[in-house]
Amino acid sequence: MIALLIRDLRLAMRAGGGFGLGLAFFLIVTVLVPFGVGPESATLARIAPGILWVGALLACLLSLDRIFQLDYEDGTLDLLATAPLPMEGAVAVKALAHWLVTGLPLTLSAPVFATLLNLPGTGHIWVFVTLLIGTPALSMIGAFGAALTVGLKRGGLLMSLLVLPLYIPTLIFGAEAATRGTEGMANATPLALMAGITAGSIALLPFAAAAAIRVNLR
Amino acid sequence: MTNAQRTKQADDRWNWLWEWANPVKFMALSGKVLPFAAAIAALTLVPGVIWGFFFTPEADKFGSSVKIIYVHVPTAMMAINIWVMMLVASLIWIVRRHQVSALAAKAAALIGMVMTLAALFTGAIWGEPMWGTYWAWDPRLTSFLILFLFYLGYMALWGAIENPDTAADLTAVLCIVGSVFALLSRYAVNFWNQGLHQGASLSLDKQENVSDVYWFPLVLTLVGFVALFVLLLLIRTRTEVRLRRLHALETRERMIDA
Amino acid sequence: MDLFVENLTVTRGGLPVLEGLEFTLRPGGILILRGPNGSGKTTLLRTLAGLQPPLEGSISLEPEAIAYGAHADGLKATLSVEENLHFWASVYGTHDIAPAVEAFNLKGLLNRASQNLSAGQKRRLGLARLLVTGRPIWLLDEPTVSLDVASVALFADAVRAHVAGGGSALIATHIDMGLEAGIFDVSPFRADPNGAPKVATAFDTDFEGAFE
Repeated sequence: MIALLIRDLRLAMRAGGGFGLGLAFFLIVTVLVPFGVGPESATLARIAPGILWVGALLACLLSLDRIFQLDYEDGTLDLLATAPLPMEGAVAVKALAHWLVTGLPLTLSAPVFATLLNLPGTGHIWVFVTLLIGTPALSMIGAFGAALTVGLKRGGLLMSLLVLPLYIPTLIFGAEAATRGTEGMANATPLALMAGITAGSIALLPFAAAAAIRVNLR
Repeated sequence: MTNAQRTKQADDRWNWLWEWANPVKFMALSGKVLPFAAAIAALTLVPGVIWGFFFTPEADKFGSSVKIIYVHVPTAMMAINIWVMMLVASLIWIVRRHQVSALAAKAAALIGMVMTLAALFTGAIWGEPMWGTYWAWDPRLTSFLILFLFYLGYMALWGAIENPDTAADLTAVLCIVGSVFALLSRYAVNFWNQGLHQGASLSLDKQENVSDVYWFPLVLTLVGFVALFVLLLLIRTRTEVRLRRLHALETRERMIDA
Repeated sequence: MDLFVENLTVTRGGLPVLEGLEFTLRPGGILILRGPNGSGKTTLLRTLAGLQPPLEGSISLEPEAIAYGAHADGLKATLSVEENLHFWASVYGTHDIAPAVEAFNLKGLLNRASQNLSAGQKRRLGLARLLVTGRPIWLLDEPTVSLDVASVALFADAVRAHVAGGGSALIATHIDMGLEAGIFDVSPFRADPNGAPKVATAFDTDFEGAFE
C-alpha cells in the first residue's frame, strides 16, 4: 500500500502536470472572478469563501481522470487486480495520493488567494479549515467517479457530469461553514456535517469504487 | 420448521414476482397487463384533468393558476418515486442478477427525468403568479433541479457503455451511491436556504389544508399518473428487452463472421 | 500447487467463446495454449486470473497462487527500471529484485526510465516482474512478443528455472521456445455461435418463443 502511495506521488511529480496544473487553474479562476463581478472589495469579500470553494472543486475535478485512466491503459490495473493488494485499499490509497497532490496544495494556497479577494483575516482561517476537512471527500468521491468511467474512451466529460452532483452536499456545507465563520457566526453544525460526509465517503466509497473497477476490468 | 424450509416457502410466496425476471415470461405477462394499465390511466387521467381544470372553483388568493396542481403535484411525486423504484430495481439486479430488473431501471430513468422536468416547468409557471418569479433558489425547487442532474448523469452513463451487463452493473452502483448523495443534498439544501415553498399544504397527509373540491380530482390524477408510469414503464422495458435480445444476436453474428 | 480446470465455459461480451474446457497443470509442468487468433486464449487466461467470472465450471486455484502476465506490461514510463521492479516487489512483499534483474539481463538498464527502453527491453522488464511476484503458477499471454532470439532464450531459461523450482506455467504463444511442454489446443472447445450454447443465458436459448 505504501509502495503504491509512493509510486503515485512519484509519478505525479515526474509527469510535471498533476501537481502544478490544478493549482494554476485555481489561481486563474480566482483572478477571473473580480473581472466578472467588479472590483468592489466589499462584494468580493462577501462572495470570496464561495468562490474559493467552487474554484477548489473545479481544480480538483481537472485531475480526477488521471487517478485510474493511465493505470488502466498501460495494463497496471489488471496486474494490480491480480496482486495481493485488496482493490478497496488500492482505491483508497490512490484517492489519498490524489488528495496529497491536489487537495492539500489547494487548501494551503487558498488563504493566500483569499487575499486577492479581500477576504478579512478570520476568513483566511475558515477557508483553510473547511477546505482541509472537505477536500478529502472531493478526492474520494472523485475517485469513485473515475472508477465508474475508467473503461470509457472519452470518459472525462461524462465523469464531470457524474461527479459534480455528488459534490453538492460537500460544497454547500463547506462554503456555508466558511461564510459563517468569516462573518463571526456559529458554524459548528455545517462543519460537523461536512466532516461526517468526508468520514462516510472515506469509509464506504472505496467499496463502491473497487466494485466499479472490477466490473470495468471484466 | 427448519430455516431452509422457511426460506423455501418464502421463495414460493415470492415466485409470482420472480417470474417477471425471466425475459420470456416478462414479455408474455407484460403483454397481458399492458391494456389494463392503459385503461386505468385513461379512465383516471382524462376525467381527473378535465374535472380539475374546468369544474373546480377558482381559489380566492391564487386565481385559476391553482389548477396547475393537477399536473404539478403528480409529476413531482412521480419524479421522486421513480428514482426510488430505480433504486429498488438496481438492488434487485445487484443481488439477484435479474436482467429485466436492470432493464426496467434503465427504462424508468427517462420517464423519471421527464416527470422531473414537468414538475419544474409547471412549478415555474405556477410560481410566477404566486411569488412573482419563475425561479427561486427555494429548497424544494433546488432539490428537484439536483434530482434532474442525477437523472441526467444516470442516463448518460447507460448511454456511454457498450457492454449491456457492464452498463447495468455500473449504473446500479451509481444509482445506489447517487441515492445517498441525493438524500444528503436534500438536507444540505434545506440547511442552506429555508425557502418560501408552501410547505405541506398540498401533501397527502395534510389533506385538511386542501378542501374537498380540489382534493378528489387531485386523487384521481395522482392515481392516473401512477398508472401512466406503469404503462410507459412496461412499454419501454419491453423495448429494452427486445433491444437487449437484438444486441445478443448481433454479437453472435459478429462471432460467426470472425 | 495443482491447477485443475473442469468443464469451464468462458465468455466474451456476454457470449460463450470456449466451452467445456478440461485440463490439469501440475507443479513442474508447462502447458502451451494453442489456437487461432480470437479463439479465446486471452479470455481464458483472464478468467483463470480471476479478472472475469466464468459462465460455468470450476477452477481449483487459490488466487494467491497465480502471477498474470498480460499483453500490456503495466510499466510506468517515467519510472526507472529499478523503480518499476521495486514497486511490484513490494506489492507482492518479496523486496528482492536481484534475481529478476539477473535472469533478464537488466543490470545495465537499471537506472534508465522505462520510456527510453526499446520494445524488447520493455518486454524483458515486464517478464522480470513475474520473478518478483514469487508466485508458483504463471499465466502468460504472448510473452515473447517483440523479443529477439537471445531474449527468448533468456525467457525460456527463466521458465525452466521456475518449473524446476516447483512452479508451473500456462503460456499462450505461437512460437516454439524449445521448452519441454504439453500442448493444449483450444480449437475443439470453441463455442459454435450457430449452435445452441451448452450453457443457457437468459437472453439466449429460452428466448426464442418470446416474440411470437
